[in-house]
Amino acid sequence: MDALLFLIPIALFMGLCGLVAFLWALKSGQYDDLEGEASRILFDEDDIPGVRQEDQPADSQDNIP
Amino acid sequence: MTDTASTFADWSLYETPLSKGVASLSFMVDGIHCPACVARIEAVLDGAPGVVAARVNLTNRRLRLDFEKEVADPQMLVERVEAQGYRLVPFAPDALENEDTAHEKMLLRALAVAGFAAANVMLLSVAVWAGAAQDMGSATRDLLHWLSALIALPAIAYAGRPFFHSAWGALRHAGVNMEVPISLAVLLAAGMSLFQTIERNPHTYFDSAITLLFFLLIGRYLDRRARGRARSAVSHLMVMQATAVTVLDDQGKSRTIAPQQVSAGMTVLVAVGERVPVDGVISQGVSDLDTALITGESLPQPSNVGDKVFAGTVNLTGPLRLEVTAVGEETLLAEIVRLVEAAEQGRARYVVLADKVARLYAPAVHGLAALTFVGWLVFSQIGWEIALLNAIAVLIITCPCALGLAVPVVQVIASGRLMRDGILLKSATALERFARVDMVVFDKTGTLTLGRPELVDGGDYSPSDLACAAAMAVSSRHPLSRAIIAAAPSVVALEGVREVPGAGLEAPDGTRLGNRHFVGVAEADGEDSSFNPELWLVRSGADPVCFTFHDSLREDGEEILKKLKSMELPVSLLSGDRPPVAAALAGRLGIEDWQAGCSPADKVARLSQLEEEGRHVLMVGDGLNDAPALTAAFVSLSPSSAADISQNAADAVFQGARLAPVTETLAIARKADRLVKQNFGLAFAYNIVTIPLAMAGLVTPLIAAAAMSASSLVVIGNALRLGKRRRA
Repeated sequence: MDALLFLIPIALFMGLCGLVAFLWALKSGQYDDLEGEASRILFDEDDIPGVRQEDQPADSQDNIP
Repeated sequence: MTDTASTFADWSLYETPLSKGVASLSFMVDGIHCPACVARIEAVLDGAPGVVAARVNLTNRRLRLDFEKEVADPQMLVERVEAQGYRLVPFAPDALENEDTAHEKMLLRALAVAGFAAANVMLLSVAVWAGAAQDMGSATRDLLHWLSALIALPAIAYAGRPFFHSAWGALRHAGVNMEVPISLAVLLAAGMSLFQTIERNPHTYFDSAITLLFFLLIGRYLDRRARGRARSAVSHLMVMQATAVTVLDDQGKSRTIAPQQVSAGMTVLVAVGERVPVDGVISQGVSDLDTALITGESLPQPSNVGDKVFAGTVNLTGPLRLEVTAVGEETLLAEIVRLVEAAEQGRARYVVLADKVARLYAPAVHGLAALTFVGWLVFSQIGWEIALLNAIAVLIITCPCALGLAVPVVQVIASGRLMRDGILLKSATALERFARVDMVVFDKTGTLTLGRPELVDGGDYSPSDLACAAAMAVSSRHPLSRAIIAAAPSVVALEGVREVPGAGLEAPDGTRLGNRHFVGVAEADGEDSSFNPELWLVRSGADPVCFTFHDSLREDGEEILKKLKSMELPVSLLSGDRPPVAAALAGRLGIEDWQAGCSPADKVARLSQLEEEGRHVLMVGDGLNDAPALTAAFVSLSPSSAADISQNAADAVFQGARLAPVTETLAIARKADRLVKQNFGLAFAYNIVTIPLAMAGLVTPLIAAAAMSASSLVVIGNALRLGKRRRA
């Protein structure tokens, strides 16, 4: 039974870490946009259509000072 | 030109200072549809000088931009994004950080805490139960009880607040709601368990109390989230209206002012591509206006001097000067939003089945528990503690775990199943209302039809006519031009085509494509009952050629209407369109009850009339003009091509070009309704068995936990049957 004396605190501590991590994530806004965040991993930094490619209308490019 | 739409002279009004030299601006973004838009906006901003961080929230379509005040020019940054075809409107975040989002987050935190505590307390309880069978020492058992108390009590105090608040509110007004037995059971169980722990008795109920909270919070959170999203989108629309307005002063000089500063009588300039900011009368200019947002009409309205225009329409072809007649709250757009809000309040009165059950259930449970307590106290020699313990056992065992799960579980599974079919349920009570529908009302344009014109095949034109028309049409963004291009096999653009606003197109060689007037074709006598839009092509030395268009029916429209008839649901059509068009469609689909030329208020009136007749009406519609009707109807459905506010007003949104989701939703809702009722039946059956045991004092915490889990599992298992598809 002595094992309980440190096993239970360890178990509780790990659980608490998870809880704190979740509360932190919630507070730092990571749950604000569940739809958008899911697809962020798919963004390819170098290849955003229409930004650096030619399919952007030429006149709107000129508007950027 | 469109960039001036959101030229705000003073950005600092909206800035929030963050740290030294860094400020943050929040924008509502118009035109975001998918993650690609998010990537695109962030990409144009990230590289820009002075930008610290730019992050787009896809859920509520907002952009947060952090920038160095010294380096960055907000105006330039905004123009960069607008060059990509999005419209930005700044807003002060405080005004919108309403308590709704705060409450949702609070529920999520409570859920997390309850989940953590439930898992750990359950772990300790299992140890106690196992120990009881294997001669665990009483000192160890007490230690585990104390540990459970240590975890459960603060967790209950924290996670139970949503229920305690609501229960207290009800009690103070001498009412009883579902939260009262929940709160009572949780608090009594926790208090009594603490007492038992102190007394070193073998049984505690911490696990039951906290698990109960955990399950109930899950249901509560799911419910809340669905509603919060709808509301955030409405506020989006309200802010989007508030763009800068270009006005002309007496000397004819233009200046840009905030919409709040515009008053009736001023002259406002509306450039091509801009949304009309006010209600007014055209004082100069000719153009086509896209009125889809207001009327749901798919074709642009040719507009001339003296015509009325409404806020929210889009100016398509020529610049306009307007004399302002109404601004802000008095515009038609604001009125529609008000109608929606009014109807929403009416809907809030709907009482969900679970609440109805709760109203009967709560007094019954309290009565039984009190009876148990008094009974044991009077008719036996045991002390008050045991009597109270037995009463608590009754509360816990009857406690609405199965009730709390019966509805949410079915709803979550039904929503998941519908989502796979491209139907998004938005309101928590929608499913239940769908199940009770006994009449279906359709809007026409964009709902029964696809809402975009298509060239009628086999008209009186040759392939070379079509090729010629398409070559000219390339220069125009008018929907009819696009329909011509879509119908032509291949298109070679013609150079130098001029667009005459509100009339048509003219090529350098004098060839004209446009309306009757423009090409000079005389109004046909008598025979012209044609109410379909048409375009005429006139070439020198050739007879005028007519292209007619129709708004094509959704692919499976006829089939679905037959199906609705076989489900014995009467169907009716309410259209804002002209009577002949509506009549033709109604005739084709076999709809006997139809009404044309309806204003938004007419539609609402018709729906409330039906409601008074005792009908439960499903409204299917898409335009902004349908939004009030969608809210006023018993339940509503909207295609994903619908105006934003209609999607928000609707209880469910479906994707795709087919109408099948209408019958699919109804079928699943009915099935879900059966399952919910079965679940209630199961929960009651379980109560009938266990309540006598609890009242007899035979329920130990182990039995309570086992019974609770078993009943929950049965309920969940029953609900899972809904997830199975029958169709191949």
